[in-house]
Amino acid sequence: MSERIIPISMPKWGLSMQEGKVNRWLVSTGDPIQVETEVVEVESDKIAGVIEAAHAGLLRRQVAKEGDVLPVGALLGVITESEIAESEIEAFVNDFQSRFVPGKTEEDQAALAPEFVTVNGRRISYLRRGETGNPVLLIHGFGGDKNNWLFNHEALAATHTVYALDLPGHGDSDKNIDDPTFSGFAKVLLGFADALKLKEFHLVGHSFGGGISLSTALESPERIKSVTVLSSVGLGEEIDAEYLRGFAAANSRKELKDLVRRLFANEELVTRRLVDDLLRFKRLDGVRSALEAILSVLLEGDRQRIVLSHDIERLSMPIRTIWGEKDRIIPASHATAMGKGVHILPNAGHSVQMEAANEVNRLLSF
Amino acid sequence: MARKISFKQAINEAIAQEMGRDETVIAMGEDNVGGMGSDGEKDAWGGVLGVTKGLYGKYGDRIMDTPISESAFIGAAIGAAVCGLRPVAELMFVDFMGVCFDQIFNQAAKFRYMFGGKAVTPVVIRTMIGAGFRAAAQHSQCLYSLFTHIPGLKCVIPSSPYDAKGLLIQSIRDNDPVIFFEHKLLYGLEAEVPEESYAIPFGEANVIREGDDVTIVAIGRMVHVAQQAADDLAKEGIQAEVIDPRTTSPLDEDTILDSVANTGRLVVVDESHPRCNVGTDIAALVGQKAFGDLKAPVTIVSAPHVPVPFSDALEDLYIPSPARVKAVTKEVLEYSK
Repeated sequence: MSERIIPISMPKWGLSMQEGKVNRWLVSTGDPIQVETEVVEVESDKIAGVIEAAHAGLLRRQVAKEGDVLPVGALLGVITESEIAESEIEAFVNDFQSRFVPGKTEEDQAALAPEFVTVNGRRISYLRRGETGNPVLLIHGFGGDKNNWLFNHEALAATHTVYALDLPGHGDSDKNIDDPTFSGFAKVLLGFADALKLKEFHLVGHSFGGGISLSTALESPERIKSVTVLSSVGLGEEIDAEYLRGFAAANSRKELKDLVRRLFANEELVTRRLVDDLLRFKRLDGVRSALEAILSVLLEGDRQRIVLSHDIERLSMPIRTIWGEKDRIIPASHATAMGKGVHILPNAGHSVQMEAANEVNRLLSF
Repeated sequence: MARKISFKQAINEAIAQEMGRDETVIAMGEDNVGGMGSDGEKDAWGGVLGVTKGLYGKYGDRIMDTPISESAFIGAAIGAAVCGLRPVAELMFVDFMGVCFDQIFNQAAKFRYMFGGKAVTPVVIRTMIGAGFRAAAQHSQCLYSLFTHIPGLKCVIPSSPYDAKGLLIQSIRDNDPVIFFEHKLLYGLEAEVPEESYAIPFGEANVIREGDDVTIVAIGRMVHVAQQAADDLAKEGIQAEVIDPRTTSPLDEDTILDSVANTGRLVVVDESHPRCNVGTDIAALVGQKAFGDLKAPVTIVSAPHVPVPFSDALEDLYIPSPARVKAVTKEVLEYSK
């Protein structure tokens, strides 16, 4: 395969994605593109995202039409340097299409399957991607799960061994939580790292997972290489307590949909499937009491009970803070409490790692 | 990734998990273990189609075989419920329910009311419904409309493995008598079902598919028929919203009314006999509460007012088909005053 012809293919965002829909092309055929130019918007049954160019050149062909539904790995378009002849591109496309087999082999599927590890008698589900570099742990927020990193996990795995786990009370992990405090969850993270024999590691935590990550760093600073928090709790008192309580209590699609919209600057991103999956999670035995236990620790009235800003000054490892400017759950002004290493991303809400996935992935270098 | 199991396995798993969680849960029915008087091969049957197979091995005498005497064992289950157990009784085919109507209609359904709220009757009666099994007129009816008519009973009609498990768990935990209708043609249907326990609340319709052109409300197996029709209509640019009420008592009126307020058109698909069925009930609801929203008459697709035929050809004709739902929906869309 010529390296001067670069295919753009259908990405795989999250475990369940088998196919995606080409929503719209953001550049026209023949247009010059730079590295990181947004080329095409794709939608899985859960969420829409944008594919950026990994190489500079020209968009020579839009193989997929807007509205096409194509399997993961399918050819969407072709980027080349300018001097390549049309006939060569034609040959490349024909060759790609003749070789392309949609669907994964069972072996590939097994490699993608989440695994379980027992930590203090509790089953913790996690997904590991990547084989090289220092381990990175991705910690989701309140009511989230390991799939919250669907746009980030694979990208980080190119250079690191990346673990996305389900906190107790969440995802496929056991639902009982005996200690719902930051420090209780920090013990789970350290136990998880012990069980997988990870001596030192980087932590990336979103929202409630940010508070847990900082708390873990305070608990065991010698093991934590760096901490990245995104739209994190624990950095100020303001928080949308109505959202948190509403999420814990909601048990219909309508209630949940209205709430989950607040997580995004662009509410269109909230699909039926995303809400349905959350509803399925929320119906599981033990979830409601787990969420309520966390809230009893997290909130004091309508404000955050624990602010870690003062303690964090003790930490000497690199700390990075990423926030969506349009965060409606925790105001982006809390990022300033962190001083250096702060990145506020415009046009993104609370779920910044989903809404500004490509920017976040660029910031996540270790 | 999430595991797939069948509708039948989902029901088995719901009973097994609830028996594991709560020792007051018991199960009973004809051949639910191994058939009366059998020993050794006690777990041979698991009910006429094997839904409860394996439970005897796990829970022993908490699952019981009963004589072919519906009034006796349904009465026993209701009595046990009043006395503190949570029985899950299987009454093979809904068509046989007539012999124990007094126990259900006049006893179980009335206890909470007659005793001023001091008595509860947490019994579940599981029963098979539906045509298409070549089982003739006395084993093929739907009949959920009869039970929906009675205050004091809750009526649950799942259409998918996920719903079957979550709704049955809710049925067992509920303190009122629940009639749980299982369409026998759905038993083999496979889908993703969580291994953990979960309960789906009653009275919450599931919007299977969103659309702005017409609302199709369908019940039980008809949800799949409506979905097929909606997929076919989509190829012609018509977007139908498909709603599965999941429970007919309580009925989620809001989801239906909200949808009709948006589309202005309603088709109801109900496999049961056409007079006084759930379809007519939903049509009346929309006629009374959403008349101003309607752009076309409410239309019901149901079976004809005849017993379910034994002839294969006639039985196929009897059951509402995707083609019929599609044709009727198009008529509704083309209607002009």
